[in-house]
Amino acid sequence: MAESKRRGASPSESASGSLVIRGGTVVDAGGTRVADVVVSGGVVIEVGAEVAVPPGATVLDAGGCLVAPGLVDLHTHLRQPGAEDAETIETGARAAALGGFTAVVAMPNTDPPVDSAAVALEVLSLGSGAACQVAVAGAITMGRAGERLAPIGELAALGVRLFTDDGAGVQDVSVMRRALEYARGFDVTLAQHCEDDALASGGHMHEGEWSSRLGVPGIPAEAEELMVARDIALVRLTGGRVHFLHISTAGSVALVAAAKAEGLAVTAEVTPHHLSLTHAELAGYDPVFKVNPPLRPETDVCALRAACASGIVDAVATDHAPHAPERKDATLDVAPPGMLGLQTALPVVLGALGAAGFDREHGAGSARNGAGRDRAQVMSVRDVLGLLSWRPARIAGLARDQGGEHGGPIEPGAPANICVIDPAATWEVDPARLASRSRNTPWAGRVMTGQVRHTVFRGEAVVVDAQVQR
Amino acid sequence: MTELSKGGHRHLLSIAELGADGIEEILEVSDAFVEVGRRSIPKVPSLRGRTVVTLFAEQSTRTRLSFETAAKRLSADVLSFSVDTSSVKKGESLRDTVETVAAMGVDAFVVRHTSAGAPAAVARWVDASVVNAGDGWHEHPTQALLDCYTIRQVLAERAGRALEDTGVECFVGLRVAIVGDVRHSRVARSLVLALGALGAEVTLVAPGSLLPPSLEGWPLSKVSYDLDAVLPHVDVCYLLRLQSERGAGAFLPSVREYSAWYGLTSRRAALLGDDALVMHPGPMNRGIEIADDVAALPRSLVLRQVSNGVAVRMAVLFMLLGQGQVGTGGSGPGLLPTLGTVVGG
Repeated sequence: MAESKRRGASPSESASGSLVIRGGTVVDAGGTRVADVVVSGGVVIEVGAEVAVPPGATVLDAGGCLVAPGLVDLHTHLRQPGAEDAETIETGARAAALGGFTAVVAMPNTDPPVDSAAVALEVLSLGSGAACQVAVAGAITMGRAGERLAPIGELAALGVRLFTDDGAGVQDVSVMRRALEYARGFDVTLAQHCEDDALASGGHMHEGEWSSRLGVPGIPAEAEELMVARDIALVRLTGGRVHFLHISTAGSVALVAAAKAEGLAVTAEVTPHHLSLTHAELAGYDPVFKVNPPLRPETDVCALRAACASGIVDAVATDHAPHAPERKDATLDVAPPGMLGLQTALPVVLGALGAAGFDREHGAGSARNGAGRDRAQVMSVRDVLGLLSWRPARIAGLARDQGGEHGGPIEPGAPANICVIDPAATWEVDPARLASRSRNTPWAGRVMTGQVRHTVFRGEAVVVDAQVQR
Repeated sequence: MTELSKGGHRHLLSIAELGADGIEEILEVSDAFVEVGRRSIPKVPSLRGRTVVTLFAEQSTRTRLSFETAAKRLSADVLSFSVDTSSVKKGESLRDTVETVAAMGVDAFVVRHTSAGAPAAVARWVDASVVNAGDGWHEHPTQALLDCYTIRQVLAERAGRALEDTGVECFVGLRVAIVGDVRHSRVARSLVLALGALGAEVTLVAPGSLLPPSLEGWPLSKVSYDLDAVLPHVDVCYLLRLQSERGAGAFLPSVREYSAWYGLTSRRAALLGDDALVMHPGPMNRGIEIADDVAALPRSLVLRQVSNGVAVRMAVLFMLLGQGQVGTGGSGPGLLPTLGTVVGG
């Protein structure tokens, strides 16, 4: 929080110029209306039809486009410090801006990990000139080793709102219990990567039909579900708050639904790839499809989509996980898990959740951006954008009424963090042209429907006509 | 045999790519090479000037020797490459290693690797044909092919028919039990696919902890935990090798307990029908999955499997590299009359 306030109080020079986003349809938590948006001094100053263009203002064409609050990614691996060959905060933020994100939460599994104020401050400082806001998540335990608590209070004082040992779950149930109890006093959320190491041990893909056929050690769905169930019990025990990272199975969905029905303080995210790809992608042993949690069977994909539509899932988060090309160019067992996500998230999610009203091509069932989709689960564009913007903004503590500046609504006085989406534009994913330093996208060569045309971050057009400006 | 993008080369990565017709074709071409093997000079010039590399990143004796013998009998130049003597240990990536070897001018890679999918990766990287000689728990296609060849050979002999007149119909309804560590067995995965494609009725027999987590899509007739109950009703009892570390307590209480329940002892072998065959891919753990005296029975085909392995691997290499080459480069069809007709058909 301290970080975002500092930034908000001193907008950069260029941010103070005026912008008019003209001819689009504004979509936010408040509703949908055709309106122009005027931005000046880093804030929205007018939303309405046929606004007067202030002298000297830049006009961004939004004809045929959706004008939405900037997207917020709860789960981004920016790899800095420690693996700058795979990604830096600068390149990752650029990919985020191109994907329509105006804020990302950087995961703490860096080297060194974010388990001290010094590392958190370094990440925040490196992010201060980036193309989007870089919030940082802290580790739950020192060194992410799952044994001793990290300085949660000290990090919370720097504005850190999410804590996670992501990359691994906190295995020791008593450590997780203490963490939840301790965290209660700081109004922070613990985010769990749910994976029981003993059960997942040695697995490289989902355990099931394909792993058995391919002779690859598998990770059963239960490795995730056991920890989801355990942490729900701990939330009940401690009165704490848990956000479940990247849930991937029908069983996890059912557990989260039951916990919510009980009134427990849990939230859950899913990734674009778990909404769109199945374990059958591994048939050719291509390590680009190796990810953790692993790609699951179609029944799980359908359950996740239904959970998005029903509101059980609170957010879509990318789990953007860059890996240097040579590390992914190996056999399946040796290659590290993870795939890029920031630049493809929006079209993939629109395709998978079938935002009704503009995406007829996907409605026809061919599903260019992903696996086949059940027409019964079609969501409105606004609900899909909610999963990508205002709902994750709240989980990250970045919403306006939390002292943040993301997630809208787009109204006079609001910080100008906006993305302009052309839902009909098609583009082919060329790994070499992605802003990320890495190339490990599962969508190479695929044609996406839906593109971020412009991104406005703190009043500055950081992406114009799908080209990054910063 | 599939064709993958790079250079349009043909590969043998999985039995799944062959189908019944593909398997039958390989078995028929193998017949010709079995005949070659009986000659006083068992060598043909089919792959003269071609280079075959055996890239073995896992301990193996018989498979490597079998492939190298096959390649040499086809007059190919053979390069032998193993992890122990290579720069892989110095941190060179598999890709760099493979590309370096490929740059020396290689027509085929025969790949054995501890990682499932390694041959598929090699096929993506190099401009050459790739033969999977066993990858992790995934597949060992030439083992399954030589096993099918051996079964067909024995059934033809018993029926008093010439091999040329024996197609693959003999597999239809053939009752085969595959016994042992199916979970960790590349041999089992290839053999189930091959036998399934040919119409055999395959039963898996194993303790639950050594079965794959899912058998969805496997062409099986049944799965059993009871070897004694299965043995009287099979035509072939195929025993898998039990790696000793499986008996360390994680998958099995002990090797001894495995042997007591799933070993083919003399007592159990007596449950087999008179004509039933016993097979094992080798190397055998005598006294564990197979009793010493059972291995020595006439019904045991273990050594015949090994000897057919060379001919079947000659057929595979020939079909990947030799087609279109017979009759060119000085090796006229006259030198290889049997293959001239088989390959032409």
